[in-house]
Amino acid sequence: MTDFFKSVFAVLAARGLQAVIVAIIVGIVSFAMMHALPGDAAYRIAAGRYGYDMMDAAAAEAVRLELGLDNPWMVQLWDWLGQLAQFDLGNSLVYGTPVVDEIATQLGYSLLLAGGAVVASLIIALPIGIATGLAPNGLLDRVTLGLSVFLRAVPAFALGIVLVLIFAVQLKLFPVAGFRGLENLILPSFTLGIGLAAVSNRVVRDAVVDAMNSDWQMFARTKGLSARLTLTRHVLRNASLPVVTYVGVQLAYLIEGVVIVETVFAWPGIGHALVHAIFGRDIAMVQGTALTLGLLYVALNLCVDLACRGIDPRERV
Amino acid sequence: MLKSLSAAVSIALAVSTGHVAAESKSSVTIASPWEVASYDPAVAGFAIQKLQIMENLVDADTTGMLRPGLATQWKASDDGLNWEFTLREGVRFHDGSAFDADAAVFALTRAWEQPGVLKKAPITDIAAQNGKVVITLATPFTALPAFLAHATTIIPAQAAFDTEGKPKALIGTGPFSVSTFTPPQSISLTRNDAYWGENAKLETATYLAAGRAETRALLAESGDADIIFTLDAAGYSHLQHVDTIETSAVPIPRVVALKVNAGHAFFNDAKARQALSLAIPRDGIARAITRFPEAAANQLFPPALNSWHSAEIEPLRTDIEAAKALLADLGWVAGDDGILTRNGERFAITLRTFPDRPELPLIATALQDQWREIGIELEVSVASYSEIPAGHQDGSLHVALYARNYGVTADPVGAVLQDFGQGGGDWGAMGWENSKVADALSIIASTTDQDLRQESIATVTGVLQQELPVIPVVWYQHTVSVDKNLKSVVIDPLQRSYGLSEMYWAN
Repeated sequence: MTDFFKSVFAVLAARGLQAVIVAIIVGIVSFAMMHALPGDAAYRIAAGRYGYDMMDAAAAEAVRLELGLDNPWMVQLWDWLGQLAQFDLGNSLVYGTPVVDEIATQLGYSLLLAGGAVVASLIIALPIGIATGLAPNGLLDRVTLGLSVFLRAVPAFALGIVLVLIFAVQLKLFPVAGFRGLENLILPSFTLGIGLAAVSNRVVRDAVVDAMNSDWQMFARTKGLSARLTLTRHVLRNASLPVVTYVGVQLAYLIEGVVIVETVFAWPGIGHALVHAIFGRDIAMVQGTALTLGLLYVALNLCVDLACRGIDPRERV
Repeated sequence: MLKSLSAAVSIALAVSTGHVAAESKSSVTIASPWEVASYDPAVAGFAIQKLQIMENLVDADTTGMLRPGLATQWKASDDGLNWEFTLREGVRFHDGSAFDADAAVFALTRAWEQPGVLKKAPITDIAAQNGKVVITLATPFTALPAFLAHATTIIPAQAAFDTEGKPKALIGTGPFSVSTFTPPQSISLTRNDAYWGENAKLETATYLAAGRAETRALLAESGDADIIFTLDAAGYSHLQHVDTIETSAVPIPRVVALKVNAGHAFFNDAKARQALSLAIPRDGIARAITRFPEAAANQLFPPALNSWHSAEIEPLRTDIEAAKALLADLGWVAGDDGILTRNGERFAITLRTFPDRPELPLIATALQDQWREIGIELEVSVASYSEIPAGHQDGSLHVALYARNYGVTADPVGAVLQDFGQGGGDWGAMGWENSKVADALSIIASTTDQDLRQESIATVTGVLQQELPVIPVVWYQHTVSVDKNLKSVVIDPLQRSYGLSEMYWAN
């Protein structure tokens, strides 16, 4: 058991160092990229704030003055890093609200949606993947392969609209959009989950096939374990390693890559917020969001590492 | 942060009481494309005002006629430089604090310091005197009360700001108070039972920003939202066949227009601008792109602005041959590829527009095609709308296509003065000045003589129609769908109010 904790500690230390490096690099790179964008930041921020009916050159100059956009970029970067060292992400340049509040709300909704999507994908992918993995190249395997290719190719936007038309407009089982309660989570989760499951059911299937063809599987059967016990004690545990790693990758992709689905379902997530912040040249918001997402990647990798160590005793021996 | 995170989770995990409440008959859900992410009246005032959370000193009805709001009456001194607003008594903010002259002066001073309409008025001082609000001007300006009806001059409570003066809450005097605000997507409202006027009939209401037109159409069809604002052409025609819904299109004082750099050598002659105008297929654009044939703009000011729209004015028309003739008069000759040249210069120009209004890039490409016929090579640049004022300021702009709202204030003189007054404006004339128009506009802004005012308006519209510093293309229609059981729904062409406080459900 001490070996286990030692290895956990090593992982934590490595990921902790990684987090600091990621924070610094993401901060500097996102700052540099925002400054490299063409167009006058004061005009873009004023546009984001006041809308085209009220935005004009006078508003842009007022913004420039208020935010100190005339300062040399080194001063601006230094100010931001100084704030960051005090765990202060500053205020949104467009909305004036603290960046940390905006991110907290939106990240919460994004995590919820990402979690919902992963759960939805596992509900679909696990039974199908295990069933097809136990009978590779059978009829079910071939049909699900074709279906997987098709569903992976359908854009999430189109899939979302189809699900809404069937389950919200026709059957009236779930609401169309918004976030009043748990029932609002179902359709966007399945919109994303179906796309994820299209790939992950194949990952599960391949892992199960590999495990079923392994020597240790043969050994377990030879020493007299029943097929069911071999599956539950050995095959699933071994097959779960690549699946857990893959789910980790998916979750990271989901948290930032769901802009279209968030927009279709009017879901106030962080991907949607990041896109708007980039359009509005809301530098503080972009930096804060990029930083949060970067750290989230580190945290997810940590979780995956720990989970794999929990599942696979070989890492600790 | 953790608190907000857990709040987000608990909202999502809360069993669906909210959804059930929306189905009962004391609540309404409104969906529109505009996101609200700020507590600041200067930024989010348009939504705060429409949802009747905060109110103005001056109110306006759907025709733009001013009426008392938080001020019961107002009058100007004889020289027109001092305006006195008498405030309504017994009004309280949602947090229970009293509305008085200090609160009003605090809010208006803040609005005056921010970019917004008050900056455009010749104000020199805003002060509280004997319980009244007194505004001092440098020059007479009759549109001041109309400016005080604008969304950026709503009155928040002082408690809505933190110690540094940053807005941190939505506290007003209106018939609805905010129960939950989830930026940028949603605002939940509860009836303010201590409202100074007649209480709203609805108990609660929800505002949902749904960015995609498809989502809004589906919200309408499924009944998840009761009133939907701004539908795309496909969604609008589909919803017309849904039994439970009433659709309507209300003309609003917004116009799609082309700003032309009249300081540019290609456009400094009015004939060149007239040629551009003659080559705009307004009917085709109105029929095929915006899908309201009657909205082809044959003059700048739409019918919704009844004192500025004129039935007598000679309408703009489309005539490709006439356009070619005008350009030939100016010395342009078609080259081998059909593009005009003059003194070795090709007639190649760039049009700036933006995608926030999805019809604008479509109209731009229609113009690209049509203008090619008269020998103009047009490049279309779709970017941030801030590129238009930026191009105005640095002089790099050729032509720009945008949507301009002349109903921003109940009296459009403010916007017209900005656009066509001395020096032109970011969203108006560029490199063009006309002393007749400038003189007439200063009369319109300061006179109390209605006949003289109307005569001056005719001068302005006449010159604009002839000189075309800004070329109108189509007027806008506000498309709305409403649940048939929802009664007393008034669609405000000035878009100042959703009229929530009047609505009620039929049994």
